Amino acid sequence: MADHPHHHAHDAPPSEIEQRVKKLEALLLEKKLVDPQTLDALVDTYEHQVGPKNGARVVAKAWVDDAYRQRLMTDATSAIMEVGYQGRQGEHMVCVENTPEVHNMVVCTLCSCYPWPVLGLPPVWYKASSYRARAVSEPRAVLSEFGVTPHADVEIRVWDSTAEIRYLVLPMRPANTSHLNEQQLAELVSRDSMIGVALADSPA
Amino acid sequence: MNGAHDLGGKHGFAPIDFSQTDNFAEDWEASVFSLTLACGLLGQWNLDQSRFAREQMDPAHYLSSSYYEHWLHGLELLLLERGIVSEDELCSGRSERAADFTAVTADKLPAILAAGGPTLLDTEKRPAYQPGDVVRVTHDNPVTHTRVPGYVKGRTGKVVAHRGAHIYADEHSRSGAKVAEHLYTVCFDASELWGEHNTDGKSAVYLDLFEPYLISQATGEGIA
Repeated sequence: MADHPHHHAHDAPPSEIEQRVKKLEALLLEKKLVDPQTLDALVDTYEHQVGPKNGARVVAKAWVDDAYRQRLMTDATSAIMEVGYQGRQGEHMVCVENTPEVHNMVVCTLCSCYPWPVLGLPPVWYKASSYRARAVSEPRAVLSEFGVTPHADVEIRVWDSTAEIRYLVLPMRPANTSHLNEQQLAELVSRDSMIGVALADSPA
Repeated sequence: MNGAHDLGGKHGFAPIDFSQTDNFAEDWEASVFSLTLACGLLGQWNLDQSRFAREQMDPAHYLSSSYYEHWLHGLELLLLERGIVSEDELCSGRSERAADFTAVTADKLPAILAAGGPTLLDTEKRPAYQPGDVVRVTHDNPVTHTRVPGYVKGRTGKVVAHRGAHIYADEHSRSGAKVAEHLYTVCFDASELWGEHNTDGKSAVYLDLFEPYLISQATGEGIA
């Protein structure tokens, strides 16, 4: 595989798992079961091309265009496709909207299902045991670790992605943003706000 | 199966660890990611079979290893089970016989990723439930793959949406057959799942559950 910018262990001898993966990769290449350009393209696609900037465009559009927002809430897969995003791990999208009364957050307790076309690959904490175990049973405690503390009156809705539906949270538009255009609004939409563990950023 | 992967509601885990922010902490993780997707494109197994392969890791090892080690375990297991590679080949990293498959080339990748793997199916079967219906989750304990987390088994919730009929994950994993079953989003109140004295304030959990997982409950029982 081509060089990737993650060489954290330059000087250390290869670990057991590094050697195991190197052997597996060499074997699969020799058997011509995988194509080296395909491997590089897969990493490049999900590391550099697909990411939360996609979802941020969707959210900002929903904030400025109420007809679009309604399409997003009714048929998220099609509405997201309008903006140009579709495919693997986003085949069946549902958008859930945060309001002053309801705060939504997304987890996959059984594996780590995540809407790749709009958010890219899941962050490490999303895939880790702690988030998967705790998000469903103590969502407020988890949210507080992200610095989010909804009022006791706010209903927390946790979406456990147990089938092939993938969820995108539509965060609330921050106050004092009426002067911003769609591109500027998209800058306020973080990955975490679309998972539902953060609020959209406030303008600087 | 109710293995170590079935984490929802388990106690004892540390606070969220934000220390690692890269998609791939090390090169081998990027390799496992791309090898898993590229081998998946050979069409010798489906996504539910992939998930089941990862779930079959030794539970202690599953909990003490990283996400991409789960993927590595799953990929090796699937390659071995399908006879695509041998144990000796995995140990040596050298091929002992040619494979009969054609690797997917990079030029085909954009179209493949854009198409994804939709699971919605046409069916003659009518959905048994509609939004507002109160349902209970079956208390079953299959050793095979299922998408019912342990924490909702036997619990009562309310259907909030019908998502159409999708490939039934359990059968898809067992036999590879694409059997259509209606899929519903079911809402469970936190106190139904975690008890009156063990809730985290006003909260509810929403899960997507296939019709065979559900039993009709007369309205008025459970959370009406």
